[in-house]
Amino acid sequence: MKKLSARRRHPLAAVVVLLLALAATGGLYAAFAPAGKAQADETSQSLTIKEGKKLYAVGCASCHGTGGQGSSDGPSLVGVGAAAVDFQVGTGRMPAATSQGAQVPSKKTIYTQAQIDQLAAYVASLGAGPSVPTKQQYGPEGADIAAGGELFRTNCAQCHNFTGKGGALTKGKYAPSLEGVDPKHIYEAMQTGPQNMPSFPDTTMSEKNKKDIIAYLNAVDGSKTENPGGLELGGLGPVSEGLFAWIFGLGVLIAVAVWVAARTAKAKKS
Amino acid sequence: MSSQDIPEENLPAEQDHAHGAVGIADEENPFADPGLPPHEHRIQDVDERAARRSERMVALLFTVSMLATIAFIVSYLVIPNDKSIFVFPIGHLSAMNFALGLTLGVALFCIGAGAVHWARTLMSDVEVADDRHPIEASPEVRAKVHADFREGAKESALGRRKLIRNTMFGALALVPLSGVMLLGGLGPAPGSKLRHTMWTKGKRLVNMNTNEPLRPEDVAVGSLTFAMPDGLEEHDEDFQTEIAKAALMIVRLQPGNIKDKRELDWSHQGIVAFSKICTHVGCPISLYEQQTHHVLCPCHQSTFDLSDGARVIFGPAGHALPQLRIGVDSEGYLQALGDFEEPVGPAFWERG
Repeated sequence: MKKLSARRRHPLAAVVVLLLALAATGGLYAAFAPAGKAQADETSQSLTIKEGKKLYAVGCASCHGTGGQGSSDGPSLVGVGAAAVDFQVGTGRMPAATSQGAQVPSKKTIYTQAQIDQLAAYVASLGAGPSVPTKQQYGPEGADIAAGGELFRTNCAQCHNFTGKGGALTKGKYAPSLEGVDPKHIYEAMQTGPQNMPSFPDTTMSEKNKKDIIAYLNAVDGSKTENPGGLELGGLGPVSEGLFAWIFGLGVLIAVAVWVAARTAKAKKS
Repeated sequence: MSSQDIPEENLPAEQDHAHGAVGIADEENPFADPGLPPHEHRIQDVDERAARRSERMVALLFTVSMLATIAFIVSYLVIPNDKSIFVFPIGHLSAMNFALGLTLGVALFCIGAGAVHWARTLMSDVEVADDRHPIEASPEVRAKVHADFREGAKESALGRRKLIRNTMFGALALVPLSGVMLLGGLGPAPGSKLRHTMWTKGKRLVNMNTNEPLRPEDVAVGSLTFAMPDGLEEHDEDFQTEIAKAALMIVRLQPGNIKDKRELDWSHQGIVAFSKICTHVGCPISLYEQQTHHVLCPCHQSTFDLSDGARVIFGPAGHALPQLRIGVDSEGYLQALGDFEEPVGPAFWERG
C-alpha cells in the first residue's frame, strides 16, 4: 500500500488512471451491449417463393406487414425488388433491431445465401423491382477505371469520401465506408438506394457506369491496393492528417526544443 | 556522468562568486542589482576526458550525417521506384520514398543535433552582461549634422531656382500614376455575369453521367441525378466557368410531399431542379438524404429542405438554394423554362 501511495504523485499517474478507466468502461460496454443475435430457422434448399414466404413470415412480417404492405415500424416492400432484399439481408442490415438509432448498421449476416435468395424471390413476387445483378454486371473485367473515378467523384464522393472511406451526415446518420464491401452489394445499393442513400437507377446511371464505379473502388480501396505513401491515417484527408501533425509533429518539436534549452550537467563538489 | 567520477584535483577550489555589475542595497536603493549568480562549471570545463568524450560524440553525429547522405544517394540510385515494403507501424509503402525520407531526415537531424551538443558541452557558457548605451548622439555630432544640412540646402538653391523645384514636384507626383494604371489589369469588372447562368428557356437538361438529355420517366422517386445545360461540352474552354454556375441537382419527390407552393409550380410531376452551389460560400452541395429530403453541405453543415423550397433549416447559409423552373419540350425531354431567378452561389452581394 505504501508503494502505491508513493507513486500516486508521479506525473504519469493521472494518465495511467485515465487509461485504466477508459479500458474498464469499454470492456463493460462490450460485455453488456446487446449482441443483436437472432435465430435463423433451418429450411430446405429449394429456391421457391413458398419457402421465402415462410422465412418472411417468421423474420420480416412483424415490421413489414404480413403481405409486405409495410407498417409503422417498417416501409412497404412492394416493388423494392430482389436486389434490395439481397442488399439489406446480405449485409446484415435486416433484420434490424426494434429500436435502432439514426441508421440501421451493417452487421453479421444471419441468413444463408440460399435463404436470402428465397426471401428475395418472395419479395420480388410482390411487385416488379430491380433484380439481383449478375457477376458480369459488377465484375471488374472490361471496366474503365478512370471513367469510374470521374463518375464516383460526381455521384458518390460527396458522402462516401474520395476513396470510399465514408463520412458523416446529419443527426447521427452517416455514409458507411465502402472498404471490403462485396461488389454485388455496392451495385445493389446504387440501384435501390438503401435508407437515406438516393438511388441511381439504370435510367440515369447506366449499367456500364456502375461497373466502372465498382472497378474504380476496387482499384483505390481493394484488398490488393498498394498505397505508396504509407500511413494513410484512415484516408479521411486533412482532418486526421492535421490532427496527427499537430499532436505528433509539434510534440517532437517541443521535445527537441526542451532538449536544446535544458541545463547541462554541472560539475559540483559535494 | 556524475560528479563522483571527476578526479578531485580537476575540481575548482570553490565556485566563482557573483559577477557582473554588483550593487549594494541601501536605504535609497533597496532593490540593487545583485549581479549574475555564480558561474557553475560544466563537467567538460573541468575534466578534459569528458570534453574529449563530448568532442567524439559531436564528431560521431556529423559522421552519421555523412553516412546518411551517402545512403540517400545510394537509395536513389539502387532502389527500383515501384518496390513496395512493409514497415511497422506505417504499413505498406514505397521502399524508395521510405529510404529517401529516412536517410535525409537522419542526415539533417544529425547535423542539428551535433551542433546543439557542441554548443551545450564545449563552447563557452560563461554568462556575459552587455550594458545598453544611450541612443542619442553627442552634441558635437548633432551640431555638425545640422550645419551640413543647412549648407547642402543653400548649395542646392532649391528656394531660388523655382523651375527646377516645380518640375521635380511634377515628376514625383506623376510617377505613381503608372502603378494606378496597372490596376486596370485586374479587370474587367464582372458586370452582370454573376447574376446569370447558361440556362435559358428551352435548354435541355443533360445527364452528367451519360451525356444524354433527361426524360421525366428516367428520374425515379428517391434518385439523385446531376445535370448540365445542353450544348456545354467538357472540353469547352469555358466549361469550368459555366458548370460552376449552372450545375444542377435533380431529385424527384412525391408531388404530395412538396410543401412549398412555388416549388410545386416550378417542378414537373414532382421532379425538382435545384442549384448545386451552396449559398454560403459556394461549395458543391449534394449530400442528399432521400428519406428526409435534406441536402447537407459538407463544408459548413448548412442543411436545406428540398421538400420545402430548399429553405435553410440549419447552418450558416443565408438563402434557400435557387430553383430552376423546368418543363417538358415537344419531344418529351426535360427542359429549362428560363434562367434562375436569383444569382446562384454565395450570398455576399445583395440579391437584386
